[in-house]
Amino acid sequence: MQQQFDVLVVGGGPAGIAAAVRAAECGARVGIVDDNATLGGQIWRGDSAQASEAVEWRGKLQASGVTPLCGTRVFHQPRPGVLLAEHDEELRVLHYRSLILATGARERFLPFPGWTLPNVMGAGGLQAMVKAGLPIRGKRVVVAGTGPLLLAVAAYLRKNGAEIPMICEQASLNSLARFAVTLLGQPQKIKQALQLKKEVGGVSLATSSWPLAAHGKKAVESVTVSRSGKSVSIACDYLACGFHLVPNIELPLMLGCQIRGGYVQVDNLQQTSVRGVFCAGEPTSIGGVESSLVEGQIAGLVAGGRPEEARTLFGARERARRFASLLDQTFRLRAELRKLPSPETLVCRCEDVSYARLQKHVGWRAAKLQTRCGMGPCQGRICGPATQFFFKWNPDSVRPPVFPVRVENLGVFAGQPDPQETAISGGHE
Amino acid sequence: MPEQITLVVNGSPVLVPSGTNVAAAIAIAGYACRTSVAGEPRGPLCGMGICFECRVTINGIPHRRACQVFGETGMDVRTEE
Repeated sequence: MQQQFDVLVVGGGPAGIAAAVRAAECGARVGIVDDNATLGGQIWRGDSAQASEAVEWRGKLQASGVTPLCGTRVFHQPRPGVLLAEHDEELRVLHYRSLILATGARERFLPFPGWTLPNVMGAGGLQAMVKAGLPIRGKRVVVAGTGPLLLAVAAYLRKNGAEIPMICEQASLNSLARFAVTLLGQPQKIKQALQLKKEVGGVSLATSSWPLAAHGKKAVESVTVSRSGKSVSIACDYLACGFHLVPNIELPLMLGCQIRGGYVQVDNLQQTSVRGVFCAGEPTSIGGVESSLVEGQIAGLVAGGRPEEARTLFGARERARRFASLLDQTFRLRAELRKLPSPETLVCRCEDVSYARLQKHVGWRAAKLQTRCGMGPCQGRICGPATQFFFKWNPDSVRPPVFPVRVENLGVFAGQPDPQETAISGGHE
Repeated sequence: MPEQITLVVNGSPVLVPSGTNVAAAIAIAGYACRTSVAGEPRGPLCGMGICFECRVTINGIPHRRACQVFGETGMDVRTEE
């Protein structure tokens, strides 16, 4: 099926929704694609979709006439102006004049002994599973890793009846205190922090703490954590462990967008180095929902042809970016975490490649060729950021397809009609 | 009360509230999702369609990510155990 848009947005979280709404308000024909079954991204998922901000933006989206394409996963760009996607195993050919990438972020996972046991999940990962129906009432959950997500997840799980024996945050108390002091200048953030404190009140928050090993037979049964230099063992049904976030830059990379310091480089108008391609939200810096909403709006207004209106949002974006850099400083990974894996610890879960096997190699490419690390279905999305932290390896180019696809749909690469012809005849469904 | 649906996981019916994804239904049924290259059981990690640890066979189609698919009555789910 072929579809034609003036502005195509990839990613249906806050940045993508805001971009789509603003572009549509400019009169553009807009489509928004998301891999998930519903829009809202990771943050406006399940009952969080009822938050007033989420309701407000979804209302605007519905009123704006944007075409939502959920459960649709982009995997290739055969030429500028066309993206190929899969929906229920079927091929979608999406034509656009302007493209806005709002691909969001994922959790960073750091391998440690036992991290592959069932019921060891990401912090956001477990929250997403609970929102999707995983029963958590009465379960004991240790929350560990780093980042503001840990407190939010602990609060959410507790509200849903889980017992949280401990939250382990690798950042130091000093670092968290500096973070808190800086937030004093931002009333909105203080309100959020106080609300969180109320919700996780009574739970032990251990700083300078991290998981050393998860234990269990068929699933996790306990976790050993390092707490201010001492080993402590805690029984649990789940270990929810994530080390802040890393941006999803595979699609921007495949399109040739310039990356700097791990993030997609954009100008004042959220334009990437590739003409007609914009980027907004977490791929440009991990700044959370406020930053995503403002960047999305700027990208949408510019793509829709109203750059002057976009300029009125620059001040708000500046404030949001200051928060992003504060997050980055506060939750930077400490060097001790490089010692988390034992030689036998699997780093690549897709291909079961151990730390010891990777250690012998000089770089990502050599390791891939010799061990198949990063060559499984996730295409290095999980082990890539870990090897970057452990070994300072940088993944090189991303090649299509950026996600595994059915062979039938892969076949259209070769049989793709002439680009000019597609642009003219492609179009309405 | 939300409406209930019945999926079939590894041949046995599992009753879950509608809106439950297949990964959660598999956990409720007491299974892991797949067996790794070295033979270890694996379950969901990221919960958002990135890690592929929850891939299972749904209605005969292999390698579906269970966390990205809502359960439906009559859906046939096979894990790799």
